[in-house]
Amino acid sequence: MLKTTFCEIELQNPLVLASGILGTSVELLKRVAANGAGAVTTKSIGPIERQGHNNPTVVEIENGLYNAVGLPTPGYLNMNDEFKKWKEIKVPLIASIYGSSVDDYVDITEYIQKYNPSIIELNISCPNKDDGMLFGSSAALTKKLVGAVKEISKIPIMPKLTPNCNNIAEIALACENAGADAICAINTVEKEILHPKLKAPLLAYGKGGISGPIIKEIALENVRKIRDAVEIPILGIGGVTYGKDAVEMLKAGASLVGIGSGVYFRGMDIFKKVADEMKEIMRKENIESINEIKK
Amino acid sequence: MHQTYTIKKVIRETPKAVTIMLDGKINYKPGQFIMLWLPDVDEKPFVISYLEKNSFGITIEEKGIFTKKIPKIKPKTKVGIRGPFGNGFEIKNNSIIVAGGLGIAPALSLIKKIKNSIIIQGAKSKEYLLYLKNEKMKNIIQKNKNQIIYCTDDGSYGIHGFVTGVLKEMLNKKVKTVYTCGPEIMIQKVFEICEKNKIELQASLERFMKCGIGICGSCCINDQLVCKDGPVFNSKQLRKLTELGKFARLKSGKKVKIQEYYDWRQK
Repeated sequence: MLKTTFCEIELQNPLVLASGILGTSVELLKRVAANGAGAVTTKSIGPIERQGHNNPTVVEIENGLYNAVGLPTPGYLNMNDEFKKWKEIKVPLIASIYGSSVDDYVDITEYIQKYNPSIIELNISCPNKDDGMLFGSSAALTKKLVGAVKEISKIPIMPKLTPNCNNIAEIALACENAGADAICAINTVEKEILHPKLKAPLLAYGKGGISGPIIKEIALENVRKIRDAVEIPILGIGGVTYGKDAVEMLKAGASLVGIGSGVYFRGMDIFKKVADEMKEIMRKENIESINEIKK
Repeated sequence: MHQTYTIKKVIRETPKAVTIMLDGKINYKPGQFIMLWLPDVDEKPFVISYLEKNSFGITIEEKGIFTKKIPKIKPKTKVGIRGPFGNGFEIKNNSIIVAGGLGIAPALSLIKKIKNSIIIQGAKSKEYLLYLKNEKMKNIIQKNKNQIIYCTDDGSYGIHGFVTGVLKEMLNKKVKTVYTCGPEIMIQKVFEICEKNKIELQASLERFMKCGIGICGSCCINDQLVCKDGPVFNSKQLRKLTELGKFARLKSGKKVKIQEYYDWRQK
């Protein structure tokens, strides 16, 4: 009932673990897969070892999470032992990568594609690093980057876009024109929150991105804009916590649905729960397949 | 979001450890942890040691950039706390608690709940034995018919030797559970002894923690999250943890040998 395909990859269901959540090790990714995820995404892999920000890096807020973890990474050259174990993951694996230059993205893609991930996600949208959104907020830079990676990649590529830009449709179109195979949207929504009593920035980085139910409407709106601008499929992310949210995301134009902060709100088995809830909704509405929801 | 608490006083415990006492109530189960936030400095996980009706204490070893700032905190300073998080200990009487160094801190709230048990506390020397002269601790131990055995690496107080040696001698069929907290090398030895004697162990583990709420994956040990699945793991779980006593991850997520992790944590 929930089976679907995305970039010619078969998935048991459209629910995907979003990048940055639990993706630090293959063992955790396997556990998420065993909890019902249709596909899983690694934590974004960067060019060189990076510690990320000091704590607080993640704080619970009303109806959401607020984070600036700051893209910690062992660096791709230190991760062979992890990459070798990717094949043990029983669902499609999305390898998320980031860099500070076009060359970084090209080098990492060339290196990791040997380990055969199903999709490579280009994180060009992180608000929590000084140059994290550099590419994702300029159509010209995005096109250059995506084009360069596409040229050398044997694996489908999927840029992850930020809502913190003037025109997400324009960026999505630039991705499609440069040869992207899919679009992933949205990353977290940039915010600066102070602790109401302690009057200090809630996160050590000073600012961060919000996620969870609080951004669901923003995510849906952005996915609709992208849907209207491009033909390539979309992995829609933002605030999906229950089956009804996932259905809404598919109706907005996504082909797959990401879950991230939902793991906090409902536990690691949120994937099973949401899948069951989707089936329930589909039965009630006499819908037989994921493709039918999208219509 | 963080609850705010006011620091009532800072108590010097050993040359390397202090306790901060905070005003207010907290709904805490022994073995759980809280995230302590000093605005503009950092936020770190700690257990609660002193658990009173309207106040509580956190005992902190001065070893890193964050913890070295703690003794300089002035009373009336406001701090933020998230939590308590994690599972906590399962309470069982007729037990043995094995605590190395700072590992005695979580035992302080635990011994209020358990009876007819033995605490084996170890440190490198007498001056590092936490709560040695603490009257409250003595009273709780007496009231609950518990017993405490001290040991030091240099023999300056109590038994000259390691906690693991004492544990081997104290184990018998009446012992229901062993609790342990402290350096992971010690925990691993305690686990081996418990396995050999077929006695259930509850070990409180530590990894570098960021979110504290089970989503970022920083504190993973194999496929377990110390913050969410732990920090207390039972024998059944410990048997599956091949990384126990061998590997841990740095702040970057890089997996390294446990000694390299400890060396980095001391910086």
